[in-house]
Amino acid sequence: MREILRNLSLRSLRVLQRDADVYFTVWKTEFLPPLLEPIIYVFGFGLGLGQLVHDVSYQGRTLSYLAFMAPGVLAVAIMFWAFFETTFSSYVRMYYQKTFDAILATPLLVEDVILGELLWGTVKSMIASTIMLGVLSALGLVHWPTGLWVVPIAAAGGLLFSGFGLIMTSAVKTISQFNVPMFAFVLPMFTFAGTFFPLDILPKWALAVAWCLPLTHITILVRSAVLGMGHPMLPVSVAYVLIVGLGLGAWSLVRMKKRLIQ
Amino acid sequence: MNDARSRHGSPQDASSGEPAIVASDLVKRYDEVHAVRGVSFEVAPGEVVGFLGPNGAGKTTTVRMISCFLPPTSGTARVFGVDVRERPRDVKRMLGICPQEDNLDPDFDVLKNLLVYGRYFGIPGAEVKRRALPLLEMMALQDKAKSPVASLSGGMKRRLILARALLNEPRVLVLDEPTTGLDPQARHAIWTRVRALRATGVTVLLTTHYMEEAAQLCDRVVIIDEGKILLEGTPEELVRREVGKSVIEIWNHGPDVVLSMRQGPGRLEEVGDRLYLYPEDEEQAVHLLESRFPGQDRLLRRATLEDVFLRRTGRALRD
Repeated sequence: MREILRNLSLRSLRVLQRDADVYFTVWKTEFLPPLLEPIIYVFGFGLGLGQLVHDVSYQGRTLSYLAFMAPGVLAVAIMFWAFFETTFSSYVRMYYQKTFDAILATPLLVEDVILGELLWGTVKSMIASTIMLGVLSALGLVHWPTGLWVVPIAAAGGLLFSGFGLIMTSAVKTISQFNVPMFAFVLPMFTFAGTFFPLDILPKWALAVAWCLPLTHITILVRSAVLGMGHPMLPVSVAYVLIVGLGLGAWSLVRMKKRLIQ
Repeated sequence: MNDARSRHGSPQDASSGEPAIVASDLVKRYDEVHAVRGVSFEVAPGEVVGFLGPNGAGKTTTVRMISCFLPPTSGTARVFGVDVRERPRDVKRMLGICPQEDNLDPDFDVLKNLLVYGRYFGIPGAEVKRRALPLLEMMALQDKAKSPVASLSGGMKRRLILARALLNEPRVLVLDEPTTGLDPQARHAIWTRVRALRATGVTVLLTTHYMEEAAQLCDRVVIIDEGKILLEGTPEELVRREVGKSVIEIWNHGPDVVLSMRQGPGRLEEVGDRLYLYPEDEEQAVHLLESRFPGQDRLLRRATLEDVFLRRTGRALRD
């Protein structure tokens, strides 16, 4: 670990820059999903489910279902964009395109490459959630200026899920094995982390599980920012996301280095 | 080992007197596999050295240890005096690496590939553009600067990879099987360029399993098998020492030919349905064969590096 820390350098930004260059080369298709995703969710879930569920009681306030759900959509996006970027996309760069090999033929070290990927996953979460924040704001679902907190929350949450994604990338033998973390972690979080319904309607045991999930804490933070209201768990959630984020980020450096250097 | 080809050496490299590459007792061991078992060699500045070996012989592993991709299990390697383990960034700054597999960026066009690669070396964009044009011209890709990489042929991709490897003006060029999978025209195009580069004094380390490639390009070849160096020397020297001047290949023969030639005019090898006779005196051997077995199918030819290679590494399949 000490060696890894010593080998980290600003050159990792060159890797981030490369990934960003690709992203902006194909920006027309890359910008579309974060623009459309919230609209689809809002219309599908919000208008459809909203017919059945009229009001939601959240932290002593009564909200429309749409207002309750919108921050959940953002939180899910933070998870999805970082996770997909650092699993499927990183794997394609590593295994199919041999991009990492090409970079390692230059003065960059393997640590720079992994940190670059980690940072790019994080930045991608930030870009996507910023675009979505704009869309949700246009629909009148964001409280300003507290809504701006979504950006740093996306940074921390993006790092967390990028670290998680890269750990999975260090472990899989084929690209289809990403289905395992997908169904074991990502989809359960998508549903049970207080994203689309309030946590307190869960039975006790499920609630206990939910509190362990990172997305639960990211959702609390995003919802507080977007609705402009506090939450008793805020300090815990901030600490959780920062500590687990840094921890998974560091762990992913160790695991990926092992995978890349044999 | 010390026949430094100073005629190729660039002024700075030749005068420093320091070897370009020194590897001593390099070992690479994986859990079950002992890929490289103690390889030592030196490459003089300006020299072109080829590593020959069957698949899995350890040549690529050796080259990857020297280019800082793989940490050696034990042993050391230095490039112009810089240790690969202590200062990998500085070593890689001096190297131009052409990998076996295409690892160009498929999302970028030709020029952008060079620009992005130059950034990894910290070369400013304007400088990369200044260097890119002559490199693309040298590789006959000047009309392709704006073409997407996916539209290039296999040979063009390989030439672009070579151009990319030259972008940082390397002192040592590392070519890992530079022409594997290319058609003859594309292969000769690469060879022409490597010879041109060699004339500028750059040191070249290449791996190949094409004997002709080694004979065409290399000042010296190192034959490696099962993780160890078997032989080294100039291509001509190795052929003379290991095989001799010529080879007679014999086929469609009966068992009596084998018996007769076995006590005859030179060393005999039987491989599958073919005989290889390495005669001490070729005229005498041909005469003997003619007189005893008139009309026997045979071919007298010059011995090549391939004979050395197959003789020393065996003719059995390796994969």
